[in-house]
Amino acid sequence: MRAVLIRDLRLAMRAGGGFGLGLAFFLIVVVLVPFAVGPRADLHQVIAPGILWLGALLACLLSLDRVFALDHEDGSLDLLATAPLPMEALVSLKALAHWLTTGLPLVLAAPFLAVLLNLPIDGYAPLLISLALGTPALSVIGTFGAALTVGVKRGGLLLSLLVLPLYVPTLIFGAEAARRGAEGLGYAMPLAMLAGITCGTIALLPFASAAVVRVNLR
Amino acid sequence: MASLWEYANPRKFIATSDLVLPWVGGLALVCLVVGLVWGFFFTPEDYRQGASVKIIYLHVPAALMAINAWLMMLVASLVWIVRRHHVSALAARAAAPVGAVMTLIALVTGALWGQPIWGTWWVWDPRLTSFLILLLFYLGYIALWAAIENDDTAADLTSVLCLVGSVFALLSRYAVLFWNQGLHQGASLSLDKEENVADVFYLPLLVCIAGFVLLFVALVLLRTQTEIRARRMRVLLARERMG
Repeated sequence: MRAVLIRDLRLAMRAGGGFGLGLAFFLIVVVLVPFAVGPRADLHQVIAPGILWLGALLACLLSLDRVFALDHEDGSLDLLATAPLPMEALVSLKALAHWLTTGLPLVLAAPFLAVLLNLPIDGYAPLLISLALGTPALSVIGTFGAALTVGVKRGGLLLSLLVLPLYVPTLIFGAEAARRGAEGLGYAMPLAMLAGITCGTIALLPFASAAVVRVNLR
Repeated sequence: MASLWEYANPRKFIATSDLVLPWVGGLALVCLVVGLVWGFFFTPEDYRQGASVKIIYLHVPAALMAINAWLMMLVASLVWIVRRHHVSALAARAAAPVGAVMTLIALVTGALWGQPIWGTWWVWDPRLTSFLILLLFYLGYIALWAAIENDDTAADLTSVLCLVGSVFALLSRYAVLFWNQGLHQGASLSLDKEENVADVFYLPLLVCIAGFVLLFVALVLLRTQTEIRARRMRVLLARERMG
């Protein structure tokens, strides 16, 4: 198991792996928003939690098609499937690797980008906590979407169409927690719901993803 | 012995649905014509909403069928996963565009009604938002069917998507309920409540709902037949090419 994880992490880090692409995308989204809505700092303050959550979500989406596609193309996915590792474990590892290379950097970068949008000082902790709790769910759900579209050539657009509706509950609770925190309200409730969604997806969705990968390898 | 699963045989399915289809279709037409004419021309106008209340005869049945179509797809997907009946997978595929159009009708008629009554085409109300999300789910499902060439693979993948999507659609429903308070009125028809729509509106509405249900059944039967025949034709063409 560790070998698969380390292999995935290495592949992602090396040149052409797309590590950092998500981060750069996140940065660009946050930089473009003020151009789109105008230079009013009070407005930025209001929309900052939402924009940061949306940016992180889209950056996550951007790197999803790499989760299985490269392994599928060079045949290593077939080898991994015949390895003495349950498919459920394999897709969970893939999701974990995706989170470590995409989700975690996004969480760590978010406070710095929040400065650009004048996030109120109270908002940093809830933003960080909600992103840290929510991005694993984004990775797990995204892995399911990636598994669905493994066999489709140029499936990127289809992948977003499939995954974005599935992201709705996570986004709602995550952004709501961050927003309430930034406005100085209590945010324990949405945070608990977010944690529930994350735990539920981590526990259940790998079974669906594994079933889908098996179908695609048939 | 007669069993429900006999109809999973494509030939039996086509023979039976050929028998049923004219009746269901005809009845749907009668119900819709009677219900809509009755509703549009022979019911009084609401004392506050005026004539715009009459959009209820399209809006409520369409919304009802939008949800039930997904439910039917869920059941059909489960049958496909468990018993591997091709007709079931094809029926789920056939129902999806119908359900998507029903969702669209509900959204559009709602917007048309909301403009004069609420003063806005669209609000981010929980019901409206959940329907928009439902439409996205339909679109994703249809797109996945269209994208995958192998029929069995496509059936498997879309079935799993339908199962997972159902869970997430429910989650989204309650998430948006938490996220925003609603402008939409409560259920206008329910079996366990004292207060429903007034009787003058109630009866034609029931006829319209029956019409929409029958219309849905007829369309799904017809579309499933078409899918079966299209698949047969592909096999025949392939065989011909092989010489």
